[in-house]
Amino acid sequence: MFRYLGMLVLATTLLPGCSKHNPNRDQGIYMLLDASGTYAKELGGSVKIINHILSKLQPGDTFAVQRVDSGSFSEKNIIYSKTFDMRPSKANEQRLLFKQKIQEFTQNVKPSAYTDITGGILQGIEFLTEAGPGKKTILIFSDMKEELHKGYNRDIALKLAGFNVIAINITKLRSDNVNPQDYLDRLEAWKRKVEAAGGSWKTINDLDRLEPIFD
Amino acid sequence: MLWADAFLIVSNPYVSGFIWLVMLVVILYFARTPARAVITALSRTLHNGLRLSARGMLRGERWLMERNREVLLAQGREASERIIEREFDRIDASVRRDMSAYPGLHRHLSEDITQLEEDYKQSADVPPEPPAWYKAVDAVAKLPGKDPMVVNILEDIHESMIKANNTAIVEYRKASHSRHEHLKKMLPRWRKVQQVLEQVDKNAKSLLSRAQTIDRYMDEYENTVRKTSRAERMLSSSSLTQFFIALFVLSVAGGGAVINFELIALPMSEMVQQKTEIMGIETYRIAALVIILLEIAVGIFVMELLRVTRLFPVIGALNDKMRVRLTWAAFVFLTTLACVEAGLAWMRDWLIIDTKSVELGADAFKNQQTWIITAAQMGLGWVLPYILMFVAIPLESFIHSLRTVLGVAGIVILRSLAWLFRIIGNVVRFAGKALLHLYDFIIFLPLWVESLFKPGDELETGDHTSTI
Repeated sequence: MFRYLGMLVLATTLLPGCSKHNPNRDQGIYMLLDASGTYAKELGGSVKIINHILSKLQPGDTFAVQRVDSGSFSEKNIIYSKTFDMRPSKANEQRLLFKQKIQEFTQNVKPSAYTDITGGILQGIEFLTEAGPGKKTILIFSDMKEELHKGYNRDIALKLAGFNVIAINITKLRSDNVNPQDYLDRLEAWKRKVEAAGGSWKTINDLDRLEPIFD
Repeated sequence: MLWADAFLIVSNPYVSGFIWLVMLVVILYFARTPARAVITALSRTLHNGLRLSARGMLRGERWLMERNREVLLAQGREASERIIEREFDRIDASVRRDMSAYPGLHRHLSEDITQLEEDYKQSADVPPEPPAWYKAVDAVAKLPGKDPMVVNILEDIHESMIKANNTAIVEYRKASHSRHEHLKKMLPRWRKVQQVLEQVDKNAKSLLSRAQTIDRYMDEYENTVRKTSRAERMLSSSSLTQFFIALFVLSVAGGGAVINFELIALPMSEMVQQKTEIMGIETYRIAALVIILLEIAVGIFVMELLRVTRLFPVIGALNDKMRVRLTWAAFVFLTTLACVEAGLAWMRDWLIIDTKSVELGADAFKNQQTWIITAAQMGLGWVLPYILMFVAIPLESFIHSLRTVLGVAGIVILRSLAWLFRIIGNVVRFAGKALLHLYDFIIFLPLWVESLFKPGDELETGDHTSTI
């Protein structure tokens, strides 16, 4: 009897040794927060989304939040990023710290003059490619109206193969209300840009339905 | 040029078709002997092959049936032996218990009966003896004449008699009282004796009832040993019933194991890393599954060591002292696993609340009776390993009955296949015959011409019934 028991115990002990980490199970989410102009007032809503994402991410997943301002292609714009520990208890501690950092940011954010979304996407591609999760998602919390500072070149071919790009809470501008076609054209332009770069494009306006982020 | 044009011998397709038909009939006529032989041989080969296969399958079915019967009877014999052994054990225990008290019972009964006899004797009604001299009074009273002396004497005697009578009545009442007291004392003894005798009667009836049960089991056992068809039918029916009952109970236990798994899978990721996998399955899930399988294995050993089940002959062959030691050891293992599982269930609740707190805030769970859920999870985590221990009983029934059920299924499959092969074989045989007749039908014209040139000779047709 003890021989069988011993074999089972041995199997349990050796299990971790035989196992292999599968990066395809990891998820990486890179979130861009538009801190430009009037949209900076919307940032309060992003906290709820970030908290939801934090609670849904698993140990081993990567999450980074970046501010989108006049020049977003910079590591300095990353508010906080973390690849969560493999132990759920430790990952929970990291989630709480993450939440705290985001709260601090949203309370002290100062609006920027320009909106460099493409630079943020480029930074996100670089970050997630380096982190190497199996599933890569770039979330853009913005009105998707890009305004570049004079001299900034963002006419660059993006490489978004294997990336999901999701635009969240795309608020309508005053000009959109005058001519809704502007709004539709803006979204269509982004869709074309992302899909031409090999990525998939989605939009979420109802903040109570965030499931597509984890699809 | 079209593909169809290749078959045109002349420009008219109908004429070409007719020429082809004539050529075909002529070729078939001249090739009739080898063609018939080929058709006959082919159909015969196929028919024989299928017939032999069917026969082989029927032989296999018979072998399987015989083997199944032997296994069924052996299992039935073993089960009967176990039941009879258990009944004898019960009788043994009952006789030991009752008979060990029997000398004491007998002594008490004898004492009570002796006491009753004494009391009965003492309670006998003894009328007081009249004074011995009453006959002298009678003689004095018969004296002739009425002498005043005699009258005085008689009056004195009368007074003395009245006094003696009164004294005797008092004495008699005292004696009666004493007798009644003895009788009163007899009453509880009678009751006690009655109770003892009733108990003896009950024990005897219980023994008789058990003896009748053993007789019944012995009859079944004898039937099984004699390998009667009745015993076989009963065992087969019982085996199927056991199979379905065991399957149902195992399914219920499977549900319990799934709940158990869900309780410990998440906290196991604290020990075994998440996102790691073995053959595509996450390691922490495998680890949780192994823990549950360990619990079931230890539970099976406990039941086996307690001789509730008999799956492992090695355990059955152990001496009692070793068996008791191993039972305690296995029970300690099981309790340890149950405690570990209760701890993991608590950790699961803690992790879930911690994760939810990130989204909902720490205050979301304040003033909520979350301890009830925690306690329920811990309770389940602790109890489920013990419940799963009892899986050993239906598992044993399932394994034993599965052999019979598989045998029956095998018999049905082989019988069906044999029937199918026979049908196909016969279809092939008659298809061969039909093909020969069709062949003759196609070349009927040259055959008819041949018959004109061979009048009186038997026409060579496809009547080859005897050849196939």
